[in-house]
Amino acid sequence: MARIVVDVMLRKEIHDPQGEAIASAAHRLGFGQVLGVRQGKRFEVELSGPADEAALARVAELAGELLANQVIEEFTLHES
Amino acid sequence: MTARVGVITFPGSLDDADAARAVARAGAEPVPLWHGDRDLRGLAAVILPGGFSYGDYLRCGAIARFAPVMGELVPAARAGLPVLGICNGFQILCEAHLLPGALTRNAGLRFIDRVVRVRIEDTRTPWTADYAQDQEISVVLKSGEGAYVADPATLARLAAAGQVVARYAGANPNGSVGDIAGVRNEAGNVVGLMPHPEHAIDALTGPGTDGLGFFTSVLRAMVDQ
Repeated sequence: MARIVVDVMLRKEIHDPQGEAIASAAHRLGFGQVLGVRQGKRFEVELSGPADEAALARVAELAGELLANQVIEEFTLHES
Repeated sequence: MTARVGVITFPGSLDDADAARAVARAGAEPVPLWHGDRDLRGLAAVILPGGFSYGDYLRCGAIARFAPVMGELVPAARAGLPVLGICNGFQILCEAHLLPGALTRNAGLRFIDRVVRVRIEDTRTPWTADYAQDQEISVVLKSGEGAYVADPATLARLAAAGQVVARYAGANPNGSVGDIAGVRNEAGNVVGLMPHPEHAIDALTGPGTDGLGFFTSVLRAMVDQ
């Protein structure tokens, strides 16, 4: 069994009010060196069979179609 | 024969009953559609109501997009069927790529539930023909992820083609880019709207009757055909 991790982040130009709220909470906690926070999502996809190139390509397809909305988000994947 | 307008119920839809009531108040016959249906039953128009389909899991509208009924709706919409998505329905239409852009978390992070003023800027759609150009209406906005976003090229294209159907007329309530409250597809038959016209069809239970025009418009569009 293979596990592939898909990280989904809002595109840079998309406003992230949740990340901003987290950054301002960090400042209130005394983490003054925090310049900014962007919040994303992590998916751990378990597969039958090996994490070969074909499997990665299928997960990329899944990420592009379902896990991320590419109008506002981008994704990266790697083996866990 | 009375015009028949479908209202889809997804697991987690909330405003399907009000949408059906608005259709009936306008003089058409509301027909319930279930998310598992694979047949649009020859309906003349379809409404995707508000709510929290599939618990807003993953992203608002992201799972509903793959419901069996959407397999029928998407090609029908591309072929010209009048479709209106309200709130969660708007989110579903964006996820299904029937409408450009996306809806994201409100700028203030709070869920907004209040009456807003909205200006109708495109009256050429089957859902807005009964309004006057730039008419301002009072409707309820109730959403946590109602901030419309699109890339600059898409926004320029929408503005040039007149595809922004409605904008917030007062202060921007949720951070929507360009104060956008609703958009349409290129052909004009698919409209998405963040506020709720179906809650504004009766002075007793809503802020007035300003929302009724969406439903009388589509009825007239069907009769004119």
